[in-house]
Formats: sequence, structure tokens, C-alpha cells
Amino acid sequence: MFPLKELKRSALIALWFAFLTFPIMVIKVDPIERTVEWRWDNMFFIALGSFVISILSKVYLIRKERRAGRKKGNRSITEPFMQRILREPRFLYPLSLAVLVFALSFPYLFSTYQTNIMTTALMYVVLGLGLNIVVGVAGLLDLGYVAFYAVGAYSYALLNMHFNMGFWAVLPIGGLFAAFLGILLGFPVLRLRGDYLAIVTLGFGEIIRLILENWNDFSQGPSGIANIARPGFFGMDMSFAGGITYIYYLVVGLVIVTIFVVNRLQNSRLGRAWLALREDEIACQAMGIDKTKTKLVAFSLGAFWAGLVGVIFAAKTTFVNPASFTFLESAIILSIVVLGGMGSIVGVIFGALILILMPEYLRALSEYRMLAFGGILVVMMVFRPEGLISNVRRSYQFKKQSSGQASDRS
Amino acid sequence: MDYFIELFFGGLTRGSIYALIALGYTMVYGIIGLINFAHGEIYMIGAFTSFIVATVLSIYGFPVLAIVVIAGLAAAVWSASYGFTIEKLAYRPLRKAPRLAPLISAIGMSIFLQNYVLLAQTSDFLPFPALIPEFAFMEPVAHIVGSSDLVILVTTALVMIGLTFLIKFTKIGKAMRATAQDKTMAVLVGINVDRVISATFIIGSALAAIGGLLIASHIGQINFYIGFIAGIKAFTAAVLGGIGSIPGAVLGSLVLGLTESFATGYVSSDYEDVFAFSLLVLILIFKPSGLLGKAETKKV
Amino acid sequence: MKSALKKKLFVTAVALSFALTVPVATIAGDTIKFGVAGAQSGDLASYGIPTVKAAELVVAAYNAKGGINGKKIELLIEDDVCKPEVATNTATKLVTDGVDVVLGHICSGATKAALPIYKEAGVVVMSPSATNPGLTQSGDYPNFFRTIASDDAQAKTEVDFAINVIGAKKIAVIHDKGDYGKGLAEFAKTFVEQSGKAEVVLFEGVTPGAVDYTAIVQKIKRKGADTVIFGGYHPEASKIVSMMKKKRMNLNFISDDGVKDDTFIKVAGKNAEGVYASGPQDNSTNPVSIAAIAAHKEAYNEDPGAFYENAYSAALALLNAIEKAGSTDMAAIVKALQNEKVETPVGNINFDAKGDAVGVGFAMYQVRDGKYVEVK
Repeated sequence: MFPLKELKRSALIALWFAFLTFPIMVIKVDPIERTVEWRWDNMFFIALGSFVISILSKVYLIRKERRAGRKKGNRSITEPFMQRILREPRFLYPLSLAVLVFALSFPYLFSTYQTNIMTTALMYVVLGLGLNIVVGVAGLLDLGYVAFYAVGAYSYALLNMHFNMGFWAVLPIGGLFAAFLGILLGFPVLRLRGDYLAIVTLGFGEIIRLILENWNDFSQGPSGIANIARPGFFGMDMSFAGGITYIYYLVVGLVIVTIFVVNRLQNSRLGRAWLALREDEIACQAMGIDKTKTKLVAFSLGAFWAGLVGVIFAAKTTFVNPASFTFLESAIILSIVVLGGMGSIVGVIFGALILILMPEYLRALSEYRMLAFGGILVVMMVFRPEGLISNVRRSYQFKKQSSGQASDRS
Repeated sequence: MDYFIELFFGGLTRGSIYALIALGYTMVYGIIGLINFAHGEIYMIGAFTSFIVATVLSIYGFPVLAIVVIAGLAAAVWSASYGFTIEKLAYRPLRKAPRLAPLISAIGMSIFLQNYVLLAQTSDFLPFPALIPEFAFMEPVAHIVGSSDLVILVTTALVMIGLTFLIKFTKIGKAMRATAQDKTMAVLVGINVDRVISATFIIGSALAAIGGLLIASHIGQINFYIGFIAGIKAFTAAVLGGIGSIPGAVLGSLVLGLTESFATGYVSSDYEDVFAFSLLVLILIFKPSGLLGKAETKKV
Repeated sequence: MKSALKKKLFVTAVALSFALTVPVATIAGDTIKFGVAGAQSGDLASYGIPTVKAAELVVAAYNAKGGINGKKIELLIEDDVCKPEVATNTATKLVTDGVDVVLGHICSGATKAALPIYKEAGVVVMSPSATNPGLTQSGDYPNFFRTIASDDAQAKTEVDFAINVIGAKKIAVIHDKGDYGKGLAEFAKTFVEQSGKAEVVLFEGVTPGAVDYTAIVQKIKRKGADTVIFGGYHPEASKIVSMMKKKRMNLNFISDDGVKDDTFIKVAGKNAEGVYASGPQDNSTNPVSIAAIAAHKEAYNEDPGAFYENAYSAALALLNAIEKAGSTDMAAIVKALQNEKVETPVGNINFDAKGDAVGVGFAMYQVRDGKYVEVK
């Protein structure tokens, strides 16, 4: 049974949390009326709650240890269940087909609202996959990814407003603008390492937002650009619900294209160069990989997808203003990549669906929504630090050549 | 010339404010290589704690000096406790995890703490009592340097000196430096790395709390969101100076504060932050590891 | 075989998890669905929550009387965090749930993003706080109404007051770079320039949430301004005012509705003394207003927050229009809103063809002894 020692430990933890949360949870002062409210009941709940949680997590840990102990004998089956499915075409194809059918019939099964938030979630799937190229595959930490998203959105908003250009014409232009900006930014900063790169990209993202906010003649400043045209479909006039369904299919199409391209990229010569670069830059250079060029391509390709989604974003909301492109947005996209599992396409898809749909469905929790969001982010990272679906390292096996020597990995 | 001096002191104050927060960032980064996004929230909690304690004490009629001391101590104690707890809960289990996992955990923690304070207290702005009195001897120059500016400048200088002393000459400081250089090696020579990391979080958080008290008293208001913006700026300053380096954090903060002040004064405050971030990019292009950061040469 | 079973399980689990997310169909019944949308979380929550409270109180009062034409009123409350992209989701959700009228949104940007959706669905929207002039003046949104004056009307009041009443000659126009503040500041700048009686010596934005405003305050001093017109909300205003006092500067400080909030006086304390702010006409003698505030105090045991009275008025106006129109059809409600006057906390109002309220007066206030007092 549960050892007494652990109970005592949990009691101590409860005591600690009661102390920790004391000023913020218990005391509430009104500096004007000069009154103090002592909310002792909160302290009781905190203590009780942390006691229960600490016992539960201990139970979980004990169980996990036991399981780990049992499994020690045969290591080979530790490969997660999801990966086995993904590896085997026998399972992968029917599964993808099922998902595809489900995705295509989604607007007919669910309400317009559901379709609408699913569209948003799928947009973040593409964003996540784009950032995944930069962060997950090439290993460049980019905290200002939202800048490229903003460039795409404003490209469409401005070109539509000034030149009345249509959605389909701007879609590639927006992507190219973003990619170009990616190259422009990439040149000076890509020689920076790790976290220095992170802060520079963060700064860059803020600079783009501040320019959009302050340069009124160019971007109409904080009041934003309204009445952006929805995408057309051979000049057909669509109702509001029809428009949402249309954009939904459009995004589904984009997701499929993105998955296809990203998948091909990862298996290409370039993709392998990225992976190698992520692992060891010096070794890469020694092998004759052009470091700067390879990184730049990763950076601009990632930016390209953000630009595309930006255009769709502008077309979907029909309104853009700089408030949509804050650092928090970059942080959420990054969370999608890391939470899903760096470098794993399926992981990113799951990450995006979870992180974007969660706040919508947590609406029931109303004001506790964001608290739960932050908490879940921490808990998920603590329990699955490698992400929901960890990427398998590419490995090659020698099939019994001379004397059946051990396998090797690249 | 007067204008220049005014802007200069304004910039120094602002830089000192950043420095108090940036020190925590840089210490944590130096030891475990983590960008602790929740650090800004620690600062916010410090400000809130001192606000609550100070208000309660003033309602019960304590003298001003006692209020300042007790509120400052309470803020330091609780912020340090939060820093310690957060490290244990959200970062320690991730010590061996992929590099970005603790970063996301930190972002989650930051969102969590913001909303925690929002729900437990209020979304409104609250008036922060003026804990720093107006000194009579400052009156002739009050239009240039106020009393609170003076206190902030002096405190930052003291903290910086104390911290340098701590790191250079004490046992725990030595252990910190050893851990920062090579964690495995530090374990081998008998340093309790876990304890060193906890100590780092405790010291960094207590500094942020002192910063929180001073800044909130300087600007006279707080709400649950103040940590985020101050945190990003302080982090920028830490990187500018060379993240991981303590004098670097102070230098970076002062440079950033002065840049912003002069940019506002002579150009336009519309682009204040643009100047700040452009400066960062420029400096990093020419000195890729910041002003005082050590250039890393990797042996193969 | 085992794996196949697992796969099936997995697919079922995925399908289930999606199916579970579909909200339980609302109980069919003959109710009037009254939507409330605005920021209820995030950094702007304090501007959206009072509107929810106002709606709850008004609707409860109506339902206690037996509803409208025998129909009960049902509240649908949705959060948009004041973000345009979330606002479109919110609007779609409300429209899908079959909302009849909407009170909201709070921020102009979010309102702009959401309006096309409501327009398409034929839903009348009334905002207590979205002040962007384009919302009504562009003529794009025939379904939009508001109980607050637009930015340009407010800026005009402020500038006229600055020039004609306090005789300002050199005006520094400062804003918070936000949608509301910057829009207002730009109108103020234009009006000052048009008047020809005063000049704009400085036009700049401050960064909200910055730790220190010394530099901008010193710049105001250097430019020799005698009056500051500030567009934005009270946190920044109180920082600037306090900093000016610290630097021993004594300028006229004129601001807007976002500052004419008791929180400003609470936060800025004695530094707030003498600050001018424009705001809706003084309603302290209006019986509807007194009743509205009393209801809030009784229900929540605290003073109402920002835009409470505007929201209360909007809720009354909307429900009154439905009652008079006898239906929830958009054209009928619009007609009723334009023609039927209604007693509200902000005055006896109806709406013009563009959607702005007629009969909402604007006045200038000054902080005297810790209270906003109307300046005649």
C-alpha cells in the first residue's frame, strides 16, 4: 500500500503550497477603502488540492517505475505504438484515408462554428509544419516566426485594398514576400548561435509589428485594414456559411500539399543536410555542406509557409491589425512544434489541433481557460518532454552481410 | 545640455530597472542554459506581494520605514520561494530533456502565473503606495533626478557589487561558476549541482522581487501583466550584454536604457522599441556573443 | 491482428474525441437569444467584464417581468479576448447558436472583424465601447449601432475645450499606439491644426506597459507645451501624469473616456487632481442610471467597471427595440432603434441612420478633490 512516509511528504508539500500562495490567494486588499479581506478558505483548498495532486503524482511515478522494471528485459518493444503505425504502410494508408474522409466530410457533420475553428486549427497545422522546418528539422530557434505570418497577411490586405488584387493572385506573392524577408533577415543573423538567434528573431518579430503599428500611411496603423475580400471561386457569390466551408476545404488542401512537400523535403538531400546541421555544424562543414546556404533555405522555406497562411488569415477574418501578431502568437506556434514532437509531422498536426482547439473547448471553463492552458502546457512538457510523438531518428540496418555485424545509424 | 543630462539620467534609471530583472535571467541562463520566460512573472509576483504586505501594514498603522523593510523582505522571500518551486516543478524534471522542452514549460508557466494572479487578485490596475519618500536634499535637482531614481540607481549598484562579491569570493559562488562551466565535472568534484541551481533561482528571484518593489513604487501602479513586457526587455538587455555574464547584464541594461531614452528624446518614442531591437541586432552581428559574453570556441 | 484492433480503437478514439466536442444541442424553446461578446479574459478583460454584468442584470430584470411578448430572454456569453481572429470565431459561434441580437464587441478591431459575419446573418449588433468612426460612418455595416460617441466627436469636444476654455496655445498630443488612443489622437491633431488658434508641438505614441516614461515627459517639457492631450487608457495616463508631477511640471492634461474612469483617480491619487477628461454627460441625477448602479452594487457588492452604463443602455435599447418591433427580424429592429426613443442611463436616446446614438451628450470633467466633476 501507500507508504506512510509518502503521506508525510505530501502533507509537507501541501504545507509548502499553503505558505507559497498565502499572500496572493489569501489576502485581498483594497487600497482605497483601506480594507483587508482574509480568504482563509482559499488556503484550505490550496492545501487540500496540492496534497491530493502530490499523492496522485507519486502513485503515478511508482507505477511507472514498476512498469519500467518489468520491461527491462526486452528493450526492443519500447518503440511507441504510434510510430509503429506510422512506419507500416499497411496501417498508414487506411488510416490516412480515414482521416482524409473524415476531414472532407467535416463541414457536413458539424456546425459552421465547428468548421470555422477547425479551419483555424488547420491553419496552425500549416504554420507549425512551416516552423518545424526551421526549428525541428534545421534546429534554428526562431521566436519571431509571426513576423512572416504578418507579412503574408498584410501583403494580401494592402494589395487587395490598393490594387484590388484577388486572393489567388496574392497567395503566391504573399508567400514569396515572406520568403524574401526570411532571406533578408537570415543573411546577417544566421551566424549567431542558438539562443542569440532566438532573441534576434524575437526582436525582428517585434520590429515588424511596431512598424505596422506606427507607420500609418503604409498600414493604417493600429486601427487595421477592414473589408478584405474573401477568396473567390470562379466569380461565384457565396453565402457566409458557404464561404467558411470553402475556406475550410482550401486550408485542407493546403495542409495536404504542405504535408506532402515537407515530407519529401525531409527525405531529400537538403533535408538530410538540415538534420545533420542540427546535430553537428562542424562535422557538416567538414563534409562539404554549405552551412549558410542550407540554413538560409530552411529559414526562407519556413517563412514561405507562414506567408501563405498569412494570406489565408487575412482572407478568412477579412480584417487585419497588428494586435494579431504579437510575441505570444510566436510562442504558441513554437509550442505546437515542441509539444507535438520536434521534427515529426504527425506530432505537429496533433500539437496544433490540441493547442488551438483546446482554448476554444475550454470556453466552458470561462475565466479559468488560460490558467488551464498554461498549466496543461507545463504538465505536458514535464510528462512528455520529447513531445507527443517523438521523432524517430533515421536509422539504417545492415541486413546480414558478411558476419551479421551490428546495425548502424546515420 | 540640460536636456541631454535629463535624458541621460532617465536612461540610467530605466537601465537600472532592466538590470535588476536581467540579472536573474543571466544567472539562470549561465547555469542551466535556459531562457526562463517565467522570470518576468516572478518579478510581477514580487511586486504584488510587496503591494499586499505594504497595504496591509499601512492599514494597521506601521511606520513607513518598517513598511519598506518588511514589504521588501516579504517580496524577496516569496519571490524566492516561487522561483525555487517553479524550478523544482517545471524545470528540474526536464534537465535531461531536449533543449526546447524547458523553454515551452517556461512559457506555459508564465501564462499560468499571469492568470493565477489575475484570478486570485484582480484584472484592474492597482495603486502602488509610494514607498520611496521624496528626500528633501534632492529637491533642487528633482526636475532632473527624482528620489526614486536615486534609490533605484544606488540599489542596482549595491546589488551588482554584492553579487560580484558573492560569485567571486564565496563558496556557493565558486560552486556556481564551476556548475556553469561544466556540470558533469562539477558533480565529479563533489558539488551538489541541484542545490547550486536552486540557489541560483532563489537569488535571481529575490533580486527580481527587489526590482519589483522599486519599479512599482517608481511608476505607482501594478497589475498582473507588468511582468511580461519588463521581462522581454530585461531579457533583451541580458543578451545584449552577453547572456551568462553578470557585468554584461548590467552593462547591456544600461546601454538599452540609454538607447531608448535618447531615441525617444531626439527621434521619436513611436520607434523606441524598434531602436532597442535594432541595436540588439547590430551589436550581435558584430559581436555574436554580446558585449561582454565570452566567444565560444568549440573544440572538435 | 492485435495491431488491427488497436488501430480500430485508435480511429474510434479520434472520432469520439471529435464527436464529444460538438456542443449538446441547445434545448429547443421559444426564447430570444441575446448574445454578449467581448474580452472576458486576457489583458483587456477589465473592459469587457462589466458589459457582461450589465447584460445579466438587464436580462434578469426583463425575465422577472415575464420576458418580451411572452418569450424569455436567454443569454449567450462569449469571449473574444479583443482579438480580431478570435472575434470571428466568437461571432460564428453566436450566429450558429441562432443569436437574435448581440451586445458587443468591446474593441473596435474585434468589432470590425466580426461585423461582416453578423451582417450576413442579419443580426443587429450594438457596442458599448467600440469608438472607431468608420464603424458607423463608412456605411458598411447597417446592422451596427453603439451607445458611445465616436472618436472624432470626442476629439472635437476635447480640442474645443482646450482651445476655447483653457486657451491652450501649444499642445502636445500623446497616444498609446492603440486602436482607440491613436485614432483619437489623430483626430485631435487634425482639429487643432484646422482651428488655427493653437499648434501641435509634439505628436507621439508611448509604449503601453513600459517601465518608465521619463524621456517622453522631458520631451514634452522641452517642446514648451502648455497642454497635453492624451489618447488612450488610464494606466498610461496615470503614469504620465505622475511622472510630470515628479518632474515638477504643471501642464493641463486633457484626456478621454478611457481615462474618465474612477480607477484613474484611485491609481494616480493626488497626482490626478486637475486632470480633464471627456466623457458621457453627467448622469448622476438620471433615475435610470441611479437604478442601474444600485442594481450592480446589490448584485456584486462593488462599483461597476468601465463602460457599464453604456452597456446597460445598449441592452435596454436592444430589448426595447425587439419589444416595440414585435419580432427579431433585423429590418424591424433597425427601424425600431431609429424611431423609438428609450430611457437609458446615458439619456433618452434613439439612433441615427448611421447607427450612432442621438441624445448622448458629451461633457468635460475635471478631477477635483478625488472626484470627476463636470466643467460647465
